[in-house]
Amino acid sequence: MADLKLTDVEKAYGEVKVLSDINLDIKQGELIVFVGPSGCGKSTLLRMIAGLEKITGGELQIDGMVVNDIPPAQRGIAMVFQSYALYPHMTVRDNMAFALKLAGKSKSEIDEAVNRAANVLQLGPYLDRLPKALSGGQRQRVAIGRSIVRDPKVYLFDEPLSNLDAALRVATRIEIAKLKESMPNSTMVYVTHDQVEAMTLASRIVVLAGGGIAQVGSPLDLYERPNGEFVAQFIGSPAMNLLAGEVVGTGQQTTVKLAGGGTAKADIPTTDADMGLKVNLGVRPEDLVASDDEEFLYQGEVDLVEALGELTVLYFKPEAEGAAPVLAKLAGIHAELKGRNVKLKADPSKIHLFHNKVSLLYR
Amino acid sequence: MPPVLQGIFTIIIGVGGCVAYFYFSNLVLDKVIFPARGPNAGRNINRANKVRPWLFLFPAMFALGLYLAYPVVGSFWRSLFDRSGNNFIGLGNYIDLFQGSTFRTAVFNNLMWVLVVPAMATFFGLLVAQLTDRLKWGNIAKSLIFMPMAISFVGASLIWRFVYAANPDIGIINALRDFFGLATLDPLQVRFWNNFFLMFILVWIQTGFAMVILSAALRGIPEETIEAAIIDGANPFQVFFQIKVPQIMGTIVVVWTTITILVLKVFDIVYTMTGGNFGTHILPSYMMTYMFRDDGRATAVAFVIMILVLPVMIWNIRQARAEMR
Ligand SMILES: Nc1ncnc2c1ncn2[C@@H]1O[C@H](COP(=O)(O)OP(=O)(O)O)[C@@H](O)[C@H]1O
Ligand SMILES: [Mg+2]
Repeated sequence: MADLKLTDVEKAYGEVKVLSDINLDIKQGELIVFVGPSGCGKSTLLRMIAGLEKITGGELQIDGMVVNDIPPAQRGIAMVFQSYALYPHMTVRDNMAFALKLAGKSKSEIDEAVNRAANVLQLGPYLDRLPKALSGGQRQRVAIGRSIVRDPKVYLFDEPLSNLDAALRVATRIEIAKLKESMPNSTMVYVTHDQVEAMTLASRIVVLAGGGIAQVGSPLDLYERPNGEFVAQFIGSPAMNLLAGEVVGTGQQTTVKLAGGGTAKADIPTTDADMGLKVNLGVRPEDLVASDDEEFLYQGEVDLVEALGELTVLYFKPEAEGAAPVLAKLAGIHAELKGRNVKLKADPSKIHLFHNKVSLLYR
Repeated sequence: MPPVLQGIFTIIIGVGGCVAYFYFSNLVLDKVIFPARGPNAGRNINRANKVRPWLFLFPAMFALGLYLAYPVVGSFWRSLFDRSGNNFIGLGNYIDLFQGSTFRTAVFNNLMWVLVVPAMATFFGLLVAQLTDRLKWGNIAKSLIFMPMAISFVGASLIWRFVYAANPDIGIINALRDFFGLATLDPLQVRFWNNFFLMFILVWIQTGFAMVILSAALRGIPEETIEAAIIDGANPFQVFFQIKVPQIMGTIVVVWTTITILVLKVFDIVYTMTGGNFGTHILPSYMMTYMFRDDGRATAVAFVIMILVLPVMIWNIRQARAEMR
């Protein structure tokens, strides 16, 4: 149960810096999720917090104490690995009891802690089995149980659900959410590349990219107010559409004329100095609606239709060969739109504007 | 005919013969014995498929029978006859053996060899494998330790004759004794301990083998289980003995039993170093003393060795199979 503070943390392997300028304040009781593309350093950052990886610059504090040079076991952390990392030669009970035995806890204390964790995770019937006699989901529950019995200050998860199949992943995700709810004071750091996990579990999401933090915020914050094109396109699926344009009207609302001929108003304040500014207009596929009147944001020929029942995804023919197509997600079934010319518009509150990849809201 | 041509010729005949056997026997089975024609075509195909595995297995089974099963039975039979091989004496050779004091010494010594050599070689191998794992020059160290594996037992014995030489200018042991002002002695004549000096040669040779196999096994251990143990608070010794060793137990047993089987076969070291004198005989070297002089006696010893090796062998094969799963 602790606060976590990272100050100017960096990681270099020899000459190569993989992470730098990591500043992050994690409060007790938060569930922080690190997301980012593969190879951006999520695991490295988590392993530095765990103490498995040396911190090559900056400072890490747990509960106000600098722990840079404190070995993992004394940091008061527990870690759950993607590959479960259960000890294959020990029963479920011994796996969970190992840390306590090493700490010299009494037999009764150990039994109590193990049984409590087994109850929470419904592992009672499996306590005397070896890991190889368990399913993937059960194994991951044992790994979680192993961290619970130690009653750590901070829980660390490194892609704990990535090795599970889709159905189990959802079930285990819900279990982790419940677990967090039952331990409101525990601090958790959770690494994933799956944005559904990030959106559903996190109190705050940390988006990592290009060796640093791109944005920190609550899930809906990141969804509604991304600070740049990277976060805008990374959060949300399918990704946000970006359309090139130019500011033609300023004030409380900004009017943008798009290269494709459309125009759009955005609820973003601008000044006269912004007149003629080259911008990229961002609009999420789910915020686009069909437009019957003269005014439209985008028009194009529907190239491909994915009718999913409750909604339909339209893929428009890209302007140029190889360019990313504009996508729209319409409620209901619209299979008849294939090959037709369709006009789209969006509510001004749903429009994002970026200049040089940075949101105009965060200038 | 020059030897090279002779060799090539033999290879061609051998390989060609094998190919011809499989091809033509298969052909005969399908076309002549159970032809896939006529009213019984379906049944014939099934029958041919039942016979085919045996057809293909036959050469291997025949060769194994000829070179493995027959010698076992033949040796046992021979061990029931006297030196000349003409007079059947039942278990006479065995009875004589168990009454002789040299045989009893050899059995006792062999027991020590079986207990000490595999244990020490496996232990040192594991130690080296673990210690060199993270070192930059670990691979060089490993190559050096593995090198004795490439030397014949006789060659190794010759090297160690220098180490044990009863001369402070040649042998290390006596050089050391000399340094501390002790008189020169011949280590190989020190009763009882001389057995350990001989065992050490085999340990020196086999440590490399144990190291290579165990090193690979150690590397196969998932890194995360070790990291999890570190987070759980295990110190390096606990990680090694409670996490690593249990995970490679199967491999350790295979290495251990493999060396045990080897120990029960090695006669060269004793033969070269002491010739079995000064109370150093082991069963294989003892057998060698009778070979070609009293084949009845020699085969009786061979049979005793085989019976001793058998249980170890079965365990070894079981473990190796379990490892491969
Ligand atoms: N031992 C190492 N030596 C050099 N580079 C490494 C090492 N471990 C990781 N990296 C690099 O660090 C970056 C981050 O890796 P990682 O944290 O595993 O990414 P993620 O978990 O986000 O997919 C990668 O580009 C990887 O190549
Ligand atoms: Mg990773």
